[in-house]
Amino acid sequence: MLRFDRIMGLFQRYVFIYMRGSFRILDVAFWPVMDLLVWGFVSVYFIGLNGSGKPGAVTFLIGAIILFNILYRSQQAVTISLLEDLWSRNLLNIFVAPITVAEFICATYMVGLAQVIFVGLSTSILAAFLYHFNVLSMGFLLVPLFLNLIVMGWSLGMLSSALILRYGHQAEALCWALPYLVQPFSAVFYPISVLPSWLQPVAKLSPASYVFEGMRSILQGNSHVENDLLWATGLNIAYWIFFSVFYTRMLQAARQGGSLARLVS
Amino acid sequence: MSQSVVSVSNLRKSFGAAVAVDDVSFEIPKGQVLGLLGPNGAGKSTTIQILLGLITPTSGKVQLFGLDPWHDRVSVLQRANFSSAYVSLPHNLKVAENLEIFARLYGVKERKQKIESLLTLFEIEHLAKKMTGGLSSGESTRVNLCKAMLNDPDLLLLDEPTASLDPDIADKVRRLLLTYQKERGITIVYTSHNMKDVHELCERVIFLSEGKIIADGSPDVILDQFDEASLEEVFIAIARDKVKMRSSGEQEGGADDVAL
Repeated sequence: MLRFDRIMGLFQRYVFIYMRGSFRILDVAFWPVMDLLVWGFVSVYFIGLNGSGKPGAVTFLIGAIILFNILYRSQQAVTISLLEDLWSRNLLNIFVAPITVAEFICATYMVGLAQVIFVGLSTSILAAFLYHFNVLSMGFLLVPLFLNLIVMGWSLGMLSSALILRYGHQAEALCWALPYLVQPFSAVFYPISVLPSWLQPVAKLSPASYVFEGMRSILQGNSHVENDLLWATGLNIAYWIFFSVFYTRMLQAARQGGSLARLVS
Repeated sequence: MSQSVVSVSNLRKSFGAAVAVDDVSFEIPKGQVLGLLGPNGAGKSTTIQILLGLITPTSGKVQLFGLDPWHDRVSVLQRANFSSAYVSLPHNLKVAENLEIFARLYGVKERKQKIESLLTLFEIEHLAKKMTGGLSSGESTRVNLCKAMLNDPDLLLLDEPTASLDPDIADKVRRLLLTYQKERGITIVYTSHNMKDVHELCERVIFLSEGKIIADGSPDVILDQFDEASLEEVFIAIARDKVKMRSSGEQEGGADDVAL
Protein backbone atom coordinates (compact mmCIF):
# COMPACT_ATOMS: atom_id res chain seq x y z
CA MET A 1 0.00 0.00 0.00
CA LEU A 2 1.28 3.45 -0.91
CA ARG A 3 1.98 5.71 2.07
CA PHE A 4 1.59 9.38 1.18
CA ASP A 5 3.82 10.62 4.02
CA ARG A 6 6.74 8.54 2.75
CA ILE A 7 6.20 9.72 -0.83
CA MET A 8 6.16 13.31 0.45
CA GLY A 9 9.34 12.64 2.41
CA LEU A 10 11.11 11.55 -0.77
CA PHE A 11 9.60 14.41 -2.77
CA GLN A 12 10.69 16.92 -0.12
CA ARG A 13 14.25 15.61 -0.46
CA TYR A 14 14.28 16.24 -4.22
CA VAL A 15 12.82 19.71 -3.69
CA PHE A 16 15.63 20.50 -1.22
CA ILE A 17 18.23 19.16 -3.66
CA TYR A 18 16.90 21.32 -6.51
CA MET A 19 16.44 24.41 -4.34
CA ARG A 20 19.99 24.13 -2.99
CA GLY A 21 21.71 23.46 -6.28
CA SER A 22 21.46 26.48 -8.54
CA PHE A 23 23.08 24.43 -11.32
CA ARG A 24 20.29 21.87 -11.01
CA ILE A 25 17.66 24.54 -11.56
CA LEU A 26 19.74 25.94 -14.40
CA ASP A 27 19.91 22.48 -15.97
CA VAL A 28 16.14 22.13 -15.88
CA ALA A 29 15.55 25.59 -17.39
CA PHE A 30 18.59 25.97 -19.64
CA TRP A 31 18.09 23.31 -22.33
CA PRO A 32 14.41 23.94 -23.08
CA VAL A 33 15.06 27.68 -23.38
CA MET A 34 18.11 27.10 -25.61
CA ASP A 35 16.07 24.75 -27.85
CA LEU A 36 13.38 27.33 -28.14
CA LEU A 37 15.77 30.17 -28.94
CA VAL A 38 17.95 28.33 -31.47
CA TRP A 39 15.30 26.38 -33.38
CA GLY A 40 12.74 29.15 -33.18
CA PHE A 41 15.07 31.74 -34.71
CA VAL A 42 16.45 29.24 -37.26
CA SER A 43 12.94 28.60 -38.58
CA VAL A 44 12.11 32.32 -38.63
CA TYR A 45 15.29 32.83 -40.69
CA PHE A 46 14.52 30.03 -43.19
CA ILE A 47 11.00 31.27 -43.70
CA GLY A 48 12.44 34.70 -44.47
CA LEU A 49 14.92 33.21 -46.99
CA ASN A 50 12.35 31.13 -48.79
CA GLY A 51 9.34 33.18 -49.76
CA SER A 52 7.23 30.08 -50.23
CA GLY A 53 7.77 29.00 -46.62
CA LYS A 54 4.60 28.67 -44.66
CA PRO A 55 4.41 30.73 -41.45
CA GLY A 56 2.63 27.73 -39.89
CA ALA A 57 5.97 25.89 -39.88
CA VAL A 58 7.24 28.13 -37.08
CA THR A 59 4.12 27.45 -35.07
CA PHE A 60 4.52 23.68 -35.53
CA LEU A 61 8.17 23.84 -34.56
CA ILE A 62 7.62 25.96 -31.45
CA GLY A 63 4.74 23.74 -30.35
CA ALA A 64 6.88 20.64 -30.94
CA ILE A 65 9.78 22.07 -28.92
CA ILE A 66 7.54 22.90 -25.97
CA LEU A 67 5.79 19.53 -26.04
CA PHE A 68 8.96 17.49 -26.54
CA ASN A 69 10.45 19.16 -23.49
CA ILE A 70 7.45 17.97 -21.49
CA LEU A 71 8.29 14.38 -22.46
CA TYR A 72 12.01 14.94 -21.89
CA ARG A 73 11.68 16.54 -18.42
CA SER A 74 9.22 13.92 -17.28
CA GLN A 75 11.65 11.13 -18.26
CA GLN A 76 14.67 12.98 -16.88
CA ALA A 77 13.08 13.59 -13.49
CA VAL A 78 12.48 9.87 -12.91
CA THR A 79 16.03 8.86 -13.84
CA ILE A 80 17.96 11.87 -12.53
CA SER A 81 16.29 11.46 -9.13
CA LEU A 82 17.78 7.97 -8.94
CA LEU A 83 21.13 9.24 -10.18
CA GLU A 84 21.15 12.09 -7.61
CA ASP A 85 21.06 9.47 -4.84
CA LEU A 86 23.66 7.39 -6.61
CA TRP A 87 26.03 10.32 -7.09
CA SER A 88 25.66 11.49 -3.49
CA ARG A 89 26.23 7.92 -2.18
CA ASN A 90 22.84 8.05 -0.52
CA LEU A 91 21.12 5.30 -2.51
CA LEU A 92 21.93 2.64 0.07
CA ASN A 93 20.23 4.71 2.78
CA ILE A 94 17.15 4.88 0.55
CA PHE A 95 17.15 1.18 -0.32
CA VAL A 96 17.35 0.14 3.33
CA ALA A 97 14.62 2.57 4.42
CA PRO A 98 11.10 1.20 4.84
CA ILE A 99 9.79 2.49 1.54
CA THR A 100 8.35 0.48 -1.31
CA VAL A 101 9.57 0.62 -4.88
CA ALA A 102 6.18 2.06 -5.88
CA GLU A 103 6.57 4.89 -3.34
CA PHE A 104 10.07 5.63 -4.62
CA ILE A 105 8.84 5.79 -8.20
CA CYS A 106 5.78 7.86 -7.28
CA ALA A 107 8.05 10.46 -5.69
CA THR A 108 10.08 10.69 -8.89
CA TYR A 109 6.82 11.08 -10.86
CA MET A 110 5.96 14.03 -8.63
CA VAL A 111 9.37 15.57 -9.31
CA GLY A 112 8.63 15.10 -13.01
CA LEU A 113 5.27 16.85 -12.69
CA ALA A 114 6.85 19.78 -10.86
CA GLN A 115 9.53 20.12 -13.54
CA VAL A 116 6.99 19.81 -16.34
CA ILE A 117 4.91 22.63 -14.87
CA PHE A 118 8.01 24.80 -14.48
CA VAL A 119 9.37 24.09 -17.98
CA GLY A 120 5.94 24.22 -19.63
CA LEU A 121 5.18 27.62 -18.14
CA SER A 122 8.59 29.17 -18.77
CA THR A 123 8.88 28.01 -22.40
CA SER A 124 5.25 28.96 -23.16
CA ILE A 125 5.78 32.49 -21.83
CA LEU A 126 9.04 32.82 -23.77
CA ALA A 127 7.41 31.51 -26.97
CA ALA A 128 4.55 33.99 -26.60
CA PHE A 129 7.04 36.84 -26.13
CA LEU A 130 9.47 35.92 -28.93
CA TYR A 131 7.31 34.26 -31.57
CA HIS A 132 3.76 35.30 -30.67
CA PHE A 133 2.99 31.62 -30.16
CA ASN A 134 0.05 31.08 -27.85
CA VAL A 135 0.18 27.56 -26.44
CA LEU A 136 -3.31 28.07 -25.03
CA SER A 137 -4.64 28.31 -28.58
CA MET A 138 -4.80 24.51 -28.41
CA GLY A 139 -7.50 24.91 -25.76
CA PHE A 140 -8.46 22.10 -23.41
CA LEU A 141 -6.99 19.52 -25.78
CA LEU A 142 -3.64 20.65 -24.46
CA VAL A 143 -4.37 18.74 -21.23
CA PRO A 144 -4.60 15.23 -22.74
CA LEU A 145 -1.63 16.00 -25.00
CA PHE A 146 0.48 17.02 -22.00
CA LEU A 147 -0.72 14.07 -19.90
CA ASN A 148 0.17 11.56 -22.59
CA LEU A 149 3.65 12.99 -22.92
CA ILE A 150 4.13 13.00 -19.14
CA VAL A 151 3.12 9.33 -18.88
CA MET A 152 5.35 8.37 -21.80
CA GLY A 153 8.21 10.21 -20.04
CA TRP A 154 7.51 8.21 -16.87
CA SER A 155 7.67 4.95 -18.83
CA LEU A 156 10.95 5.90 -20.50
CA GLY A 157 12.24 7.03 -17.10
CA MET A 158 11.43 3.63 -15.60
CA LEU A 159 13.16 1.92 -18.52
CA SER A 160 16.39 3.92 -18.14
CA SER A 161 16.32 3.64 -14.32
CA ALA A 162 15.78 -0.11 -14.49
CA LEU A 163 18.75 -0.52 -16.81
CA ILE A 164 20.93 1.61 -14.51
CA LEU A 165 19.93 -0.53 -11.50
CA ARG A 166 20.70 -3.70 -13.44
CA TYR A 167 23.81 -2.69 -15.37
CA GLY A 168 25.25 0.06 -13.17
CA HIS A 169 27.12 3.21 -14.11
CA GLN A 170 27.74 2.10 -17.71
CA ALA A 171 24.00 2.53 -18.38
CA GLU A 172 23.88 6.11 -17.03
CA ALA A 173 24.21 7.62 -20.52
CA LEU A 174 20.78 6.19 -21.33
CA CYS A 175 19.28 8.80 -19.06
CA TRP A 176 20.03 11.48 -21.66
CA ALA A 177 20.07 9.31 -24.78
CA LEU A 178 16.74 7.51 -24.50
CA PRO A 179 14.39 10.41 -25.35
CA TYR A 180 16.54 11.23 -28.37
CA LEU A 181 16.47 7.58 -29.47
CA VAL A 182 12.68 7.69 -29.72
CA GLN A 183 12.51 11.25 -31.09
CA PRO A 184 13.12 10.46 -34.81
CA PHE A 185 10.28 7.91 -34.76
CA SER A 186 7.85 10.05 -32.77
CA ALA A 187 6.83 12.55 -35.44
CA VAL A 188 8.01 15.40 -33.21
CA PHE A 189 9.06 17.87 -35.89
CA TYR A 190 7.54 16.26 -39.01
CA PRO A 191 4.53 14.09 -39.76
CA ILE A 192 4.78 10.30 -39.92
CA SER A 193 4.19 10.47 -43.68
CA VAL A 194 7.67 12.00 -44.13
CA LEU A 195 9.28 8.81 -42.87
CA PRO A 196 10.11 5.99 -45.33
CA SER A 197 7.21 3.56 -45.57
CA TRP A 198 9.11 0.80 -43.75
CA LEU A 199 9.68 3.13 -40.76
CA GLN A 200 6.11 4.35 -40.49
CA PRO A 201 4.87 1.25 -38.60
CA VAL A 202 7.65 1.87 -36.04
CA ALA A 203 6.47 5.45 -35.57
CA LYS A 204 2.94 4.22 -35.00
CA LEU A 205 4.17 2.29 -31.96
CA SER A 206 5.21 5.52 -30.25
CA PRO A 207 2.47 7.25 -28.22
CA ALA A 208 4.26 10.55 -28.82
CA SER A 209 3.75 10.31 -32.59
CA TYR A 210 -0.04 10.52 -32.06
CA VAL A 211 0.41 13.44 -29.68
CA PHE A 212 2.51 15.42 -32.15
CA GLU A 213 0.28 14.56 -35.11
CA GLY A 214 -2.64 15.68 -32.94
CA MET A 215 -0.87 18.90 -32.02
CA ARG A 216 -0.31 19.78 -35.68
CA SER A 217 -3.96 19.03 -36.48
CA ILE A 218 -5.13 21.28 -33.65
CA LEU A 219 -2.80 24.09 -34.70
CA GLN A 220 -4.25 23.81 -38.22
CA GLY A 221 -7.69 24.33 -36.78
CA ASN A 222 -8.85 20.72 -36.70
CA SER A 223 -9.98 19.86 -33.19
CA HIS A 224 -11.12 16.30 -34.04
CA VAL A 225 -8.11 14.46 -32.72
CA GLU A 226 -9.97 11.91 -30.59
CA ASN A 227 -8.52 9.04 -32.59
CA ASP A 228 -4.95 10.23 -32.04
CA LEU A 229 -5.61 10.73 -28.34
CA LEU A 230 -7.15 7.27 -27.98
CA TRP A 231 -4.17 5.61 -29.63
CA ALA A 232 -1.72 7.60 -27.54
CA THR A 233 -3.57 6.78 -24.31
CA GLY A 234 -3.94 3.08 -25.13
CA LEU A 235 -0.28 2.69 -26.04
CA ASN A 236 0.79 4.67 -22.97
CA ILE A 237 -1.21 2.44 -20.62
CA ALA A 238 0.30 -0.67 -22.24
CA TYR A 239 3.88 0.69 -22.06
CA TRP A 240 3.43 1.92 -18.49
CA ILE A 241 2.32 -1.53 -17.34
CA PHE A 242 5.09 -3.21 -19.32
CA PHE A 243 7.86 -0.95 -17.99
CA SER A 244 6.56 -1.17 -14.40
CA VAL A 245 6.91 -4.95 -14.60
CA PHE A 246 10.26 -4.55 -16.37
CA TYR A 247 11.53 -2.26 -13.56
CA THR A 248 10.51 -4.78 -10.91
CA ARG A 249 12.13 -7.65 -12.82
CA MET A 250 15.38 -5.71 -13.33
CA LEU A 251 15.48 -4.85 -9.63
CA GLN A 252 14.99 -8.52 -8.78
CA ALA A 253 17.78 -9.48 -11.18
CA ALA A 254 20.01 -6.78 -9.65
CA ARG A 255 19.38 -8.24 -6.20
CA GLN A 256 20.13 -11.76 -7.38
CA GLY A 257 23.23 -10.87 -9.37
CA GLY A 258 24.64 -8.55 -6.70
CA SER A 259 24.76 -5.56 -9.05
CA LEU A 260 22.41 -3.58 -6.80
CA ALA A 261 24.72 -4.05 -3.81
CA ARG A 262 27.76 -3.07 -5.90
CA LEU A 263 25.96 -0.01 -7.22
CA VAL A 264 24.80 1.37 -3.88
CA SER A 265 27.80 0.43 -1.72
CA MET B 1 14.50 -19.53 18.71
CA SER B 2 11.65 -17.06 19.01
CA GLN B 3 13.99 -14.67 20.90
CA SER B 4 16.38 -14.42 17.95
CA VAL B 5 16.39 -11.07 16.23
CA VAL B 6 18.46 -12.47 13.38
CA SER B 7 18.29 -16.07 12.28
CA VAL B 8 20.46 -17.31 9.42
CA SER B 9 20.49 -20.95 8.45
CA ASN B 10 22.54 -22.68 5.75
CA LEU B 11 22.97 -19.41 3.91
CA ARG B 12 24.75 -19.68 0.58
CA LYS B 13 25.38 -17.05 -2.05
CA SER B 14 27.28 -17.66 -5.24
CA PHE B 15 27.98 -15.31 -8.12
CA GLY B 16 28.53 -17.66 -11.02
CA ALA B 17 31.33 -20.01 -10.00
CA ALA B 18 32.46 -17.79 -7.11
CA VAL B 19 31.00 -18.67 -3.73
CA ALA B 20 30.79 -15.59 -1.49
CA VAL B 21 28.90 -17.13 1.43
CA ASP B 22 29.07 -20.86 1.96
CA ASP B 23 26.59 -22.61 4.23
CA VAL B 24 26.63 -20.04 7.01
CA SER B 25 24.33 -20.41 10.02
CA PHE B 26 24.03 -18.23 13.11
CA GLU B 27 21.46 -16.67 15.37
CA ILE B 28 21.64 -13.35 17.19
CA PRO B 29 19.56 -13.03 20.32
CA LYS B 30 17.89 -9.79 21.33
CA GLY B 31 20.28 -7.25 22.83
CA GLN B 32 23.50 -8.88 21.63
CA VAL B 33 26.31 -6.92 19.97
CA LEU B 34 27.85 -9.16 17.34
CA GLY B 35 31.06 -8.41 15.50
CA LEU B 36 31.17 -9.85 12.00
CA LEU B 37 34.82 -10.00 11.04
CA GLY B 38 37.03 -11.32 8.33
CA PRO B 39 39.56 -10.32 5.71
CA ASN B 40 38.50 -8.69 2.46
CA GLY B 41 36.46 -11.13 0.41
CA ALA B 42 35.55 -13.22 3.46
CA GLY B 43 31.83 -12.80 2.84
CA LYS B 44 30.90 -10.38 5.61
CA SER B 45 29.71 -7.61 3.28
CA THR B 46 27.64 -10.10 1.31
CA THR B 47 26.14 -11.42 4.54
CA ILE B 48 25.26 -7.88 5.70
CA GLN B 49 23.85 -7.04 2.27
CA ILE B 50 21.67 -10.16 2.41
CA LEU B 51 20.44 -9.12 5.87
CA LEU B 52 19.62 -5.69 4.42
CA GLY B 53 17.71 -7.23 1.53
CA LEU B 54 20.08 -5.88 -1.12
CA ILE B 55 21.09 -9.35 -2.28
CA THR B 56 18.93 -12.44 -2.49
CA PRO B 57 20.59 -15.66 -1.32
CA THR B 58 21.20 -18.60 -3.62
CA SER B 59 19.90 -20.91 -0.90
CA GLY B 60 19.30 -20.98 2.83
CA LYS B 61 16.98 -19.07 5.07
CA VAL B 62 17.19 -15.63 6.66
CA GLN B 63 14.74 -14.23 9.16
CA LEU B 64 14.76 -10.88 10.92
CA PHE B 65 12.35 -10.56 13.85
CA GLY B 66 10.92 -13.88 12.66
CA LEU B 67 10.01 -12.34 9.29
CA ASP B 68 11.25 -12.86 5.76
CA PRO B 69 13.28 -9.73 4.88
CA TRP B 70 12.16 -9.85 1.22
CA HIS B 71 8.51 -10.72 1.65
CA ASP B 72 8.00 -8.47 4.69
CA ARG B 73 10.57 -5.91 3.59
CA VAL B 74 8.88 -2.74 4.85
CA SER B 75 7.92 -4.23 8.25
CA VAL B 76 11.46 -5.50 8.78
CA LEU B 77 13.17 -2.29 7.68
CA GLN B 78 10.85 -0.25 9.90
CA ARG B 79 12.48 -1.97 12.91
CA ALA B 80 16.06 -1.93 11.62
CA ASN B 81 18.55 0.68 10.50
CA PHE B 82 21.99 0.92 9.01
CA SER B 83 25.02 3.15 9.04
CA SER B 84 28.27 2.94 7.16
CA ALA B 85 31.36 5.05 6.86
CA TYR B 86 31.08 4.56 3.10
CA VAL B 87 27.57 5.93 2.69
CA SER B 88 26.70 9.63 2.80
CA LEU B 89 23.66 11.77 3.14
CA PRO B 90 23.08 14.30 0.34
CA HIS B 91 25.83 16.91 0.63
CA ASN B 92 23.82 19.93 -0.46
CA LEU B 93 21.24 19.55 2.29
CA LYS B 94 21.55 20.81 5.85
CA VAL B 95 22.02 18.21 8.57
CA ALA B 96 18.57 18.91 10.04
CA GLU B 97 16.96 18.67 6.60
CA ASN B 98 18.54 15.29 5.91
CA LEU B 99 17.43 13.98 9.29
CA GLU B 100 13.94 15.44 8.80
CA ILE B 101 13.57 13.59 5.51
CA PHE B 102 14.69 10.24 6.94
CA ALA B 103 12.48 10.78 9.97
CA ARG B 104 9.56 11.11 7.54
CA LEU B 105 10.60 7.97 5.66
CA TYR B 106 10.74 6.01 8.92
CA GLY B 107 7.40 7.43 10.02
CA VAL B 108 8.84 9.09 13.14
CA LYS B 109 6.31 11.05 15.14
CA GLU B 110 7.39 14.34 16.73
CA ARG B 111 10.28 14.54 14.32
CA LYS B 112 11.78 17.80 15.59
CA GLN B 113 12.09 16.61 19.17
CA LYS B 114 13.55 13.29 18.05
CA ILE B 115 16.14 14.97 15.85
CA GLU B 116 17.09 17.44 18.60
CA SER B 117 17.47 14.68 21.18
CA LEU B 118 19.71 12.62 18.89
CA LEU B 119 21.84 15.61 17.94
CA THR B 120 22.24 16.32 21.66
CA LEU B 121 23.07 12.68 22.42
CA PHE B 122 25.85 12.74 19.83
CA GLU B 123 26.95 16.23 20.93
CA ILE B 124 26.43 17.75 17.50
CA GLU B 125 23.42 20.01 18.04
CA HIS B 126 25.51 22.93 16.69
CA LEU B 127 25.65 21.19 13.29
CA ALA B 128 21.89 21.17 12.66
CA LYS B 129 22.01 24.09 10.24
CA LYS B 130 25.31 23.20 8.61
CA MET B 131 25.51 21.75 5.12
CA THR B 132 26.17 18.01 5.30
CA GLY B 133 28.89 18.32 2.64
CA GLY B 134 30.89 20.66 4.88
CA LEU B 135 31.21 18.26 7.81
CA SER B 136 34.42 16.57 8.95
CA SER B 137 34.62 12.75 8.93
CA GLY B 138 33.89 12.60 12.64
CA GLU B 139 30.90 14.91 12.37
CA SER B 140 29.62 13.05 9.34
CA THR B 141 29.87 9.70 11.14
CA ARG B 142 27.86 11.03 14.06
CA VAL B 143 25.21 12.48 11.74
CA ASN B 144 24.98 9.08 10.01
CA LEU B 145 24.53 7.44 13.40
CA CYS B 146 21.77 9.94 14.25
CA LYS B 147 20.05 8.91 11.02
CA ALA B 148 20.48 5.25 11.99
CA MET B 149 18.78 5.82 15.33
CA LEU B 150 15.87 7.96 14.19
CA ASN B 151 13.41 5.08 14.30
CA ASP B 152 14.68 3.63 17.62
CA PRO B 153 15.72 0.47 15.77
CA ASP B 154 15.62 -2.94 17.41
CA LEU B 155 18.39 -4.01 15.06
CA LEU B 156 21.28 -1.81 14.01
CA LEU B 157 23.70 -2.84 11.27
CA LEU B 158 26.93 -0.86 11.43
CA ASP B 159 29.51 -1.18 8.68
CA GLU B 160 32.86 0.18 9.89
CA PRO B 161 31.28 3.18 11.61
CA THR B 162 34.59 4.40 13.02
CA ALA B 163 36.63 4.06 9.84
CA SER B 164 38.68 7.18 9.07
CA LEU B 165 38.03 8.70 12.50
CA ASP B 166 40.83 9.96 14.74
CA PRO B 167 41.30 7.96 17.99
CA ASP B 168 39.58 10.62 20.09
CA ILE B 169 36.41 10.75 17.98
CA ALA B 170 36.44 6.97 17.47
CA ASP B 171 36.52 6.55 21.25
CA LYS B 172 33.63 9.00 21.66
CA VAL B 173 31.57 7.18 19.04
CA ARG B 174 32.28 3.81 20.69
CA ARG B 175 31.18 5.13 24.09
CA LEU B 176 28.04 6.67 22.66
CA LEU B 177 27.15 3.44 20.92
CA LEU B 178 27.73 1.43 24.08
CA THR B 179 25.62 3.82 26.16
CA TYR B 180 22.83 3.79 23.60
CA GLN B 181 22.91 0.01 23.27
CA LYS B 182 22.81 -0.51 27.05
CA GLU B 183 19.98 1.99 27.50
CA ARG B 184 17.80 0.54 24.78
CA GLY B 185 18.94 -3.07 24.71
CA ILE B 186 19.14 -3.10 20.93
CA THR B 187 20.81 -5.76 18.83
CA ILE B 188 23.82 -4.64 16.85
CA VAL B 189 25.68 -6.30 14.00
CA TYR B 190 29.03 -4.59 13.70
CA THR B 191 31.72 -4.93 11.06
CA SER B 192 35.07 -3.27 11.47
CA HIS B 193 38.74 -3.67 10.75
CA ASN B 194 39.46 -1.89 14.01
CA MET B 195 39.89 -4.76 16.43
CA LYS B 196 39.97 -2.41 19.44
CA ASP B 197 36.44 -1.33 18.55
CA VAL B 198 35.34 -4.91 18.27
CA HIS B 199 36.90 -6.01 21.54
CA GLU B 200 35.30 -3.11 23.42
CA LEU B 201 31.88 -3.26 21.83
CA CYS B 202 31.13 -6.82 20.87
CA GLU B 203 30.20 -9.55 23.30
CA ARG B 204 30.35 -12.06 20.49
CA VAL B 205 32.45 -12.30 17.36
CA ILE B 206 32.02 -14.33 14.19
CA PHE B 207 35.09 -14.68 11.99
CA LEU B 208 34.44 -15.43 8.34
CA SER B 209 36.98 -16.63 5.83
CA GLU B 210 36.29 -17.64 2.23
CA GLY B 211 32.58 -17.47 2.94
CA LYS B 212 32.61 -19.83 5.90
CA ILE B 213 32.40 -19.27 9.64
CA ILE B 214 35.68 -20.32 11.16
CA ALA B 215 35.24 -18.94 14.67
CA ASP B 216 32.24 -17.95 16.74
CA GLY B 217 32.40 -16.88 20.38
CA SER B 218 33.18 -14.09 22.79
CA PRO B 219 36.39 -12.13 22.08
CA ASP B 220 38.14 -13.62 25.11
CA VAL B 221 37.16 -17.17 24.22
CA ILE B 222 38.40 -16.65 20.67
CA LEU B 223 41.73 -15.32 21.95
CA ASP B 224 42.12 -18.46 24.07
CA GLN B 225 41.19 -20.74 21.22
CA PHE B 226 43.57 -19.13 18.78
CA ASP B 227 46.24 -18.68 21.41
CA GLU B 228 46.82 -15.10 20.35
CA ALA B 229 47.17 -11.95 22.47
CA SER B 230 44.73 -9.78 20.53
CA LEU B 231 41.91 -9.99 18.04
CA GLU B 232 44.16 -8.22 15.58
CA GLU B 233 46.59 -11.13 15.71
CA VAL B 234 43.73 -13.56 15.24
CA PHE B 235 42.60 -11.53 12.25
CA ILE B 236 46.11 -11.55 10.75
CA ALA B 237 46.42 -15.27 11.32
CA ILE B 238 43.14 -15.86 9.51
CA ALA B 239 43.95 -13.43 6.73
CA ARG B 240 47.33 -15.09 6.12
CA ASP B 241 45.66 -18.45 5.93
CA LYS B 242 47.39 -19.88 8.99
CA VAL B 243 44.02 -21.13 10.10
CA LYS B 244 42.75 -24.13 8.27
CA MET B 245 39.28 -25.48 8.57
CA ARG B 246 38.90 -29.17 8.87
CA SER B 247 35.71 -29.56 6.92
CA SER B 248 32.60 -27.58 6.13
CA GLY B 249 30.56 -29.90 8.32
CA GLU B 250 32.45 -28.77 11.40
CA GLN B 251 31.72 -25.07 11.12
CA GLU B 252 28.44 -25.35 12.95
CA GLY B 253 30.42 -26.01 16.11
CA GLY B 254 32.02 -22.57 15.73
CA ALA B 255 35.34 -21.75 17.33
CA ASP B 256 35.83 -25.15 18.89
CA ASP B 257 36.33 -26.62 15.47
CA VAL B 258 39.07 -24.28 14.38
CA ALA B 259 42.45 -25.84 13.85
CA LEU B 260 45.54 -23.72 13.71
